[in-house]
Amino acid sequence: MSLIEVRAPGLLTTVQDLGREGFGPMGVSPSGAADPVALRIGNRLVGNAEGGAGLEMTLLGGTFTFPERAEIALTGADFRATLDNQSVDLWSSAEVRAGQTLRLEATRTGARCYLCVRGGILVKLFLGSASTHLLSGLGGFEGRALRKGDVLKIGTAGASFRTFRKRKVAAKALEKLAPRKTLRVTAGPQSDWFSEAANDVFYKTTYHVTEESNRMGLRLGGAPIPAAARGDMTSEGVSLGAVQIPASGLPIILFVEQQTTGGYPKITNVISADLSSLGQLRPRDEVRFELVEMETARALLVEQEKLLASKELILE
Amino acid sequence: MRYTFAAMGATASRAVRFEVASDQALIVYFDSPAKKSGAKAPPLQNQITMEGHEKVRRLLRLLALEPIAGVRNLHPAYCSLLIKFDPLKLQHSELEEILPGYIARTEKVELPEPRRVEIPVCYGGEYGPDLKDVAELLELTEDAAVELHASTDYIVYFLGFAPGFAYLGELPKPLVTPRLATPRRSVPAGSVGIAGSQTGVYPIATPGGWRLLGRTPLKMFQLDRAEMCLLSIGDRVRFVPISREQFAKLELGSA
Repeated sequence: MSLIEVRAPGLLTTVQDLGREGFGPMGVSPSGAADPVALRIGNRLVGNAEGGAGLEMTLLGGTFTFPERAEIALTGADFRATLDNQSVDLWSSAEVRAGQTLRLEATRTGARCYLCVRGGILVKLFLGSASTHLLSGLGGFEGRALRKGDVLKIGTAGASFRTFRKRKVAAKALEKLAPRKTLRVTAGPQSDWFSEAANDVFYKTTYHVTEESNRMGLRLGGAPIPAAARGDMTSEGVSLGAVQIPASGLPIILFVEQQTTGGYPKITNVISADLSSLGQLRPRDEVRFELVEMETARALLVEQEKLLASKELILE
Repeated sequence: MRYTFAAMGATASRAVRFEVASDQALIVYFDSPAKKSGAKAPPLQNQITMEGHEKVRRLLRLLALEPIAGVRNLHPAYCSLLIKFDPLKLQHSELEEILPGYIARTEKVELPEPRRVEIPVCYGGEYGPDLKDVAELLELTEDAAVELHASTDYIVYFLGFAPGFAYLGELPKPLVTPRLATPRRSVPAGSVGIAGSQTGVYPIATPGGWRLLGRTPLKMFQLDRAEMCLLSIGDRVRFVPISREQFAKLELGSA
């Protein structure tokens, strides 16, 4: 079985796939890649199913040695990757010869870089998924972020002989999939709890992502939003990308390791087509919000999925 | 700017309200019938009713027995159920057409008999670091606070927040206490806390703002157990005070 040796883990590196849906009644949120579009493309580049498990690195990448030949792809943010000191292209597959070391550094663009390997990362599944859920210490590699000295297993397809043929993502597609700084949102269940003045503040403010942000939620700084007209609410199920307004008036966007229920009113919800963009936001990055109609949100998602499924996405 | 749809047709669904939560989620509310736009909502506790809870439980059960194609996840709460779906396969309007048929049939759904679960708790001291403050705040003795907490049958309204976390209610009125002003960075697994009129047990170590009265040696969430969660929606729970010695013994036993 092929392995990956972790020489340096980076700031926060976890095993992620597309998460586990369907366990809300147990209080278990899906988790999964923070930028699922990047993970899906990475898997396709190395010939895996889209939902294969890869490594999600955050802000600062790790150093990994491959004792055997492997085929890899790096997607998402540019972490200045080198393979035995030779630079490695982002958004394309690469061949790793036995004994080579892949080194990633601090990000140059977004927040997260994905390392996909042909065969996928093998871990014991928790509720059908390889994703790490950091808060609860479940899933992934021993339920935690990688540490120096960890040894990861690669799925059997990784060892199967295949003549390496470089594949890369079309530049045009990348342009269309580029992470956005203006997040599109739709109205949510408590939107009408907020006054016109509150909405004015929300849509006119340029917020920044604070250091307290993580996979559970992105906490924003900027102009506080006047409290909802109706104070306390009964806890209810909350959706991915919900923009909660707690007493402080500063928005919290619920993210992949979200609580399944919450008691703060929600002013809006980030649209599905822009959820991957959330995964590339770094502390201090600036964001704005733009309200769109439900039909627009759906059309944008259909367009994104069409692009992801198209033959023109990946060039051989 | 707002998408509200009244459930029409089935008489059983008169007190049901559907609202768009996101472009991939719809929320079903079982609450006070007509919601007048702009009207002040009733205070928190009035929204939590046994009737609402039963309806959530029944719909949750029916959706598990007869899944709707395209539905990905369900998030139950006190008197609502969030339904997450694949927006490429299903639309809000389609769900709103399907759901009244389900809701009309919920009365016939057979629910499993609620289990009665006893949870041993060692109150106070290092296990219940807030018991002293809570007692002072409520002008009770520590013993009286424990007595109140342990003399009530609680209902598991739903599981949420974190894996295996059961929202239990309702606390006896004299024990109702607000959350901590500043949540703890880490609450140990097994901690028994109170917040507002709710009580619950932290299954895993997480940050948390509930006031901690004690700790149980039981594992609320365990991977290698047939039922990973000790509690499930609808169960009846009673807390049983135990000594430090009993705690140590039980902790060894459940390890």
